[in-house]
Amino acid sequence: MNQTDPVIEVKNLRTHFRLDEGILKAVDGVDFTIHKNRTLGIVGESGCGKSVTAQAILRIVPRPGTVAGEILFYRELSGANGSADIIDLAALDAAGPQIRDIRGREIAMIFQEPMTAFSPVHTIGFQMMEAVLVHEKVGNDAARQRAVEMLRRVGIANPERRVDEYPYQLSGGMRQRAMIAMALMLRPKLLIADEPTTALDVTIQAQILRLIKELQAEMGMAVMFITHNLGVIANMADEVAVMYLGRIVEYGAIDQIFSQPQHPYTQALMRSIPKVGRKSRERLLAIAGTVPVPLNPRPECGFASRCTQYIAGRCDTRVPDLITVGPNHQVRCVLYVPR
Amino acid sequence: MNLSKQAGERAAQTPVPAMEPGLLLEVRNLKKYFPIERGFLRRVVGYVRAVDDVSISVPEGKTLGLVGESGCGKTTLGRCILRAIEPTSGEVLMRINDDVVNITSLPSKQMRAVRRHMQMVFQDPYSSLDPRKTILDIVGEPLRLNKIAEGRDLQQRVRELMEVVGLNVRYLKRYPHAFSGGQRQRIGLARALSINPKLIVCDEPVSALDVSVQAQILNLFQDLQKQFNLTYLFVAHDLSVVEHISDEVAVMYVGKVVEQAETEELFQHPKHPYTEALLSAVPHPNPKRPLHEIQLQGEIANPANPPSGCYFHPRCRYAKEICRAETPPRIEVGPRHFSACHFAHELTLQGVEA
Repeated sequence: MNQTDPVIEVKNLRTHFRLDEGILKAVDGVDFTIHKNRTLGIVGESGCGKSVTAQAILRIVPRPGTVAGEILFYRELSGANGSADIIDLAALDAAGPQIRDIRGREIAMIFQEPMTAFSPVHTIGFQMMEAVLVHEKVGNDAARQRAVEMLRRVGIANPERRVDEYPYQLSGGMRQRAMIAMALMLRPKLLIADEPTTALDVTIQAQILRLIKELQAEMGMAVMFITHNLGVIANMADEVAVMYLGRIVEYGAIDQIFSQPQHPYTQALMRSIPKVGRKSRERLLAIAGTVPVPLNPRPECGFASRCTQYIAGRCDTRVPDLITVGPNHQVRCVLYVPR
Repeated sequence: MNLSKQAGERAAQTPVPAMEPGLLLEVRNLKKYFPIERGFLRRVVGYVRAVDDVSISVPEGKTLGLVGESGCGKTTLGRCILRAIEPTSGEVLMRINDDVVNITSLPSKQMRAVRRHMQMVFQDPYSSLDPRKTILDIVGEPLRLNKIAEGRDLQQRVRELMEVVGLNVRYLKRYPHAFSGGQRQRIGLARALSINPKLIVCDEPVSALDVSVQAQILNLFQDLQKQFNLTYLFVAHDLSVVEHISDEVAVMYVGKVVEQAETEELFQHPKHPYTEALLSAVPHPNPKRPLHEIQLQGEIANPANPPSGCYFHPRCRYAKEICRAETPPRIEVGPRHFSACHFAHELTLQGVEA
């Protein structure tokens, strides 16, 4: 695979919220790179910072959140006006014209709940065309034609009729597909999918996953796929980042992570899920306790309070480094030595 | 117990059909049609067949998993069984002590007595608990309403229940906002258990929880079942969760139960094409096993305007002429394995590989 074609490179990303109660460190030092035509899966539970990471890239972090670190986005060479081909999104004005130009056009996002992505008072077609009309110099008819084509592409029957319908007239699965169609109208370089199938039924989920893969192969876009479903990740991702309490605790090639999970959290997560086809009704190996909130976190391993391999004096004195334990495999845990 | 005896007497007056021994619950030909009204006069122009001639049964002390896609009627079925909504027709039989009670024909007074034996646990632990009540109020409410305990006695019972579900007794006077999703689901369970029910209808009880917490709650469900000989109707759309928790599984499609069987049998040897398609679409947490889902044609049928014959026929790759014309009967293809497919005997369908 072509590893020399990065689309986005995130370096030491930190998103903190200064609240009355203290500092909420939602994302606290995250690094990753996504290449063209590749999918990075981000796995984690609620509050691990996976969605805030996505918001930081698009610079839509809600107040009073701050974005620090580097988010290097590799734009197409636009030579003519001489603008740089690498742009640091973290340094842009969140309300400025540059990020607004990138948002939706070069980086698109799809969400779990398609109802919130659409305005209820405009037709699907109007909203899809709006994106094209804002970002490109095309006429109404051409934009409409593209919307119809895209709806057809995502498997919506009678797209000529559906394009004039309102979001409420579509079923949940169709709405989700329409949202993907809208996100892909402008052929983005990076697609951020935040739990796009969590609310869907398995048969529709399978359809959507297939669709994203097909469109990726066709357009060569980089995909950041956020989910807590390990089955979905196993099917979609080339690389996986496991997040816990605002940090990546394990990062590596998909096969590595699934066949040889190293971090105690990744291991526990894999053991705690019921797997289809396992005939057992024995007890699941649950992880004790609940996911903590990263409010004024202590300088220690985030998983320390729930870890069965916790070592007093080592896990609770500093945040462990993310160390390389094998080719394309990194772990943030004191149990391992760098290789 | 006095109340349930009354219910039993009442049940003895109206002839109640016999129920197979060992079953706690039996649903026969249950229907729930919601009217579609139009215009100023609210003329009824059609019906949404949310539950359409459903027959299922649950052995005592066991778990029946109910799966199906959103809108297939699984939640409505669960609620009709509790008579939280009134079914249009059909029977729901339940064994209470040694009597069989037909829940659907009970007058409301007796229904109240019977309701003590059936409880519900909901999906969303954030909206199903009253934010203005303490844990003591929430868990103790069924005890107070049914005049089982009050005052100091009530508090003692609530403390015991909190211990049973693994909540710290010190939190007795706290409000729901102070608890996480998993803890709230424990509160919901403690409340459901407070009056010693026989049947608990669980509507997607773990789908709002984090993966690591989900396992804790699933384990708790299993422990409590053993401890109190509970019978669960477990409604969920996550097939791996359902496989894990259920003794038997029923699959619904557009208001109908298309298949019911013992869990392993259903997952290994499905006898309905819809079950096969559903199982094929579950992604495995193993990158070496890519999805090869059966790609269903078209959209899910509209329960207000279902297709003729078998509701699944427009999307079924095995459909023949008869499927368009005739509604398939529910046939027993093996011991306690029911399928509503014309070709249940002939087809060899793909299950989940272990």
